[in-house]
Amino acid sequence: MPKDHGIGASSKRREDIRFLTGRGVYTDDMNLHGQAYAVFVRSQVAHGRIKSIDTSAAAAMPGVLAVFTGEDFKDVGGNPAGWLINSRDGTPMREPKRPVLAHGKVRHVGDAYAAVVAESYAEAKDAAEQLAADSEIEELPAIIDMAAALADASIRVHDEIPDNQCFDWGWIEDNRAAVDAAIKAAPHVTTLELVNNRLVPNAMEPRASIGEYFPGTGDYKLTTTSQNPHLTRLLVAAFVMGIPENKLTVVAPDVGGGFGSKIYHYGEEALVLAAAKKLARPVRWTAERSESFLSDAHGRDHVTKIELACETDGTFIAFRTETMANVGAYLSNFSTATPTFLHGTLMAGPYKVPNVYVNVKTVFTNTAPVDAYRGAGRPEATFSLERVIDKMCRELGLDPFDVRRKNLLTKDMFPYTTPVGLAYDTGDYHATLDKAMDMADVAGFETRRAASAARGKLRGMGLSTWIEACGIAPSHLVGVLGSRVGLYDAATVRVNATGNISVMTGAHSHGQGHETVFAQIVAEKLGVPEASVEIVHGDTSKIPFGMGSYGSRSLAVCGVAVTKAIDKIVAKGKKIAAHMLEAAEEDITFEAGTFSVAGTDKAKTFGEIAFSAYVPHNYPLETLEPGLEETAFYDPANFTYPAGAYICEVEVDEGTGKVDVVAFHCADDFGNIMNPMVVEGQVHGGVGQGIGQALCENTTYDDTGQLLTGSYMDYAMPRADDVPFYNVDYSCQTPCTHNPLGVKGCGEAGAIGSPPAVVNAVIDALHRGGYTHVKHIDMPVSPSRVWQAIHG
Amino acid sequence: MHNFDFVKPASIADAVKALASDGAQALSGGQTLLPTMKQRLAAPAVLVSLTGIAEMRGVCKGDGGLHVGAATSHATVAKEAAAHYPALAALAGGIGDPAVRNRGTIGGSIANNDPAACYPAGVLGSGATVVTNRRKIAADDFFQGLFSTALEEGEIVTEVRFPIPEKAAYVKFRQPASRFALTGVFVAKTGGTVRVAVTGAGQGGVFRWTEAEAALARAFSADAISGLAVPAGDMISDLHGTAAYRANLVKVLTGRAVTAAG
Repeated sequence: MPKDHGIGASSKRREDIRFLTGRGVYTDDMNLHGQAYAVFVRSQVAHGRIKSIDTSAAAAMPGVLAVFTGEDFKDVGGNPAGWLINSRDGTPMREPKRPVLAHGKVRHVGDAYAAVVAESYAEAKDAAEQLAADSEIEELPAIIDMAAALADASIRVHDEIPDNQCFDWGWIEDNRAAVDAAIKAAPHVTTLELVNNRLVPNAMEPRASIGEYFPGTGDYKLTTTSQNPHLTRLLVAAFVMGIPENKLTVVAPDVGGGFGSKIYHYGEEALVLAAAKKLARPVRWTAERSESFLSDAHGRDHVTKIELACETDGTFIAFRTETMANVGAYLSNFSTATPTFLHGTLMAGPYKVPNVYVNVKTVFTNTAPVDAYRGAGRPEATFSLERVIDKMCRELGLDPFDVRRKNLLTKDMFPYTTPVGLAYDTGDYHATLDKAMDMADVAGFETRRAASAARGKLRGMGLSTWIEACGIAPSHLVGVLGSRVGLYDAATVRVNATGNISVMTGAHSHGQGHETVFAQIVAEKLGVPEASVEIVHGDTSKIPFGMGSYGSRSLAVCGVAVTKAIDKIVAKGKKIAAHMLEAAEEDITFEAGTFSVAGTDKAKTFGEIAFSAYVPHNYPLETLEPGLEETAFYDPANFTYPAGAYICEVEVDEGTGKVDVVAFHCADDFGNIMNPMVVEGQVHGGVGQGIGQALCENTTYDDTGQLLTGSYMDYAMPRADDVPFYNVDYSCQTPCTHNPLGVKGCGEAGAIGSPPAVVNAVIDALHRGGYTHVKHIDMPVSPSRVWQAIHG
Repeated sequence: MHNFDFVKPASIADAVKALASDGAQALSGGQTLLPTMKQRLAAPAVLVSLTGIAEMRGVCKGDGGLHVGAATSHATVAKEAAAHYPALAALAGGIGDPAVRNRGTIGGSIANNDPAACYPAGVLGSGATVVTNRRKIAADDFFQGLFSTALEEGEIVTEVRFPIPEKAAYVKFRQPASRFALTGVFVAKTGGTVRVAVTGAGQGGVFRWTEAEAALARAFSADAISGLAVPAGDMISDLHGTAAYRANLVKVLTGRAVTAAG
């Protein structure tokens, strides 16, 4: 019988009660006494020189309290990149300053160069319109296309960077010659050029921030839509504003989705704090949806050439990729890590392949910054690999299932060090492949294809065997690789006098379900009801210094910190029990919520211990402190390596080119499972986003840098009728070997593994329909693109 | 959104009077106008709501067909026209989403004449008559290009009168983002006459595909148009489909509409 409590139970998400009944409290729901409203003036052109901004008329308009321009922030710090990457020649990446408000030049449509604060939103909006009209910006030629940006030194996003290149990175440079030689000598080489389409994150809640300043104490408070309040505090305080960290509280309350886009610090957060100080009033800002399109950090945007060298039986010999990765106009906080260490290190996939080399050139363009978006680098790696493997199978007439089976690492090969520097601890990739094939009834495909054909539809099946590195990240490793931060996490477990428990976590939940799942872990470990455990997150004044939520890290890093803090609680509880029971500490055992003296019937319940800890009337205070509260920091020894096999079936309407995903099967290995329902939900959401990328979503700038897909009228989000009922399985479990929960992380898997399965299925359908000239279709595989591919 | 005054007259006469004031703009369901105002791209001084005028609301059988009040919502048409003119009801029931269908109106849709809207195809394909406070306008004369109609200053659509064909169907292919018609085709057959109206595809807005009409008048089957080609030169080309793609859709969807009409 499935568990109904603790680890492994599908406990209902307690946070959903408030989310689904409209009682969540998001930043924009908060109304503070005396609040003023900020509106930003954003560039209408992709590239321009700010000649003058006449603020006088705007400043004199009704209700206007303050006007800010880039000039006001020219002496404060820039918003930094969190990861230093060196080029192949050893030179460090180019790091142009990213100011709070653009100064001197504007560099993308939507680049904020001024702001108005007023008594009301409408007044701020009116004045911002006036300010835009009173700004003289000389439009400069813009550079949008990455290849053109690298080739044309006459247009520079940053005047001091002549070739618009941030860095030219090789991974691993020592592999390069061997890979080149292996490809040259190989019996077969498949080459594929592809685009990993640029995506707008589109969290349901747009970014919003409220700045407060308390003149009596000199304290600041920032309430903001963040996935990681401590990281935001560090960036705002230490790097940008020069505020002592302990004078700034950052609160990330309920946050309506992030997908990466709310990891980063944005200039709007600094502006509302500066304005709050200047006015000694709370200052709030909420992005309009069109601002989100223009100014949230976008995702993906790679242009890649990948070569797969193999034997004629499909045995892999080498992968070589050359990628251009767009970073947009400025370096967002993780933008340099995403196309490098979250991408290049995954280019061996789950395969036995001796030679891998990756070259990534990152390019500045006059577009919004690009940074990590659900999966972050790993979807790009997986898409390149799984598409080129599929193409190779067609060229050589090989079965894609057999080719995967032949090349997948076998379970006896772990731990396994890849040619691109990762050490996979454990896995069983054949198990998930077998499981997926079983779920998908691969043998029955021909019957289903015939049924589709009878309805006038082409049917195809696509496979993707994927791996990712998550549980981000071991500080010792990322430090060597250029990270400027550590990537541990932290948790404090506070047992209150009455026995209920508050758990303060560095991880931040913005939809994932931490409040439920962390409580399950605590309940299991301490033998208490889940309902007695409260998870507190998102407030730097309450929680220990953790690094937040992204990179499928919350459970595998912060969840482990929780368990480590619990271990300390149990150890302390044993000390207390030993005192209360007049026994030796080493004789105390703890099981199912009871401390006992081994071999006797002497015992104290967890509640009795907790109460005693706070009513220590007879404690030996030299050896036993009152209280029952412990903190643990956990820094993982390695990444975790979830992996799986996804099989997609599509139907294609030849007349219109429309693709319908009719079946999607996921066999994942996430290690141990804490809450199956939450895991399924994460996979559903991830696959939904992957199908969105594969079929619907595209971010298009025209040649002048205007965003053509700046609203839902033209940016196609996947909707319920674009996705099938998913078939999800996580029964293949090889627990992570280096964390005590044995967990790997599941948040990004669906978005990583699914896009190539979809595209492979479309190509398969077209080939089965006789359109064998179609070698590849770039995402999104939209109806018009499919129709055009069919018609050559 | 900028400030504006709002009036809600109860009669057509009062609405006409109100629309004569400076900067006045008629508001029906507001599904285009309100978002435009929110984006500050339109700033009328006075909004004259037409939805409080009882004589402009409702669906009824009348002389020679079905009369639909101009301020009737899509949801109401979807429900109340179903027994009389299923193809029209289906068209109305497929516009936007429930919120749009509960606010948007037929009069607002055709007066706006968005090139991707569904109703212009239904009205033109049916050979309907647009009734205004001043006159009756044949559908063939009403639609005059992108966002352009025969309506004069101060003229209000009050009703649309649909002759009910023997067979009809509307088939649309949705633009992936907006879910408007990337191309939509309304086919109606009455006796020996067939009308084929196309929305979403033409550079000049909704249009009749007369070659298909002639072929279908001879034989009302999808095969009858298999030899025809739609000239791509007149088609819209944008992010969501080239002109050639839309030309293809016109033909494919016309065939499907004929099949659906039975």
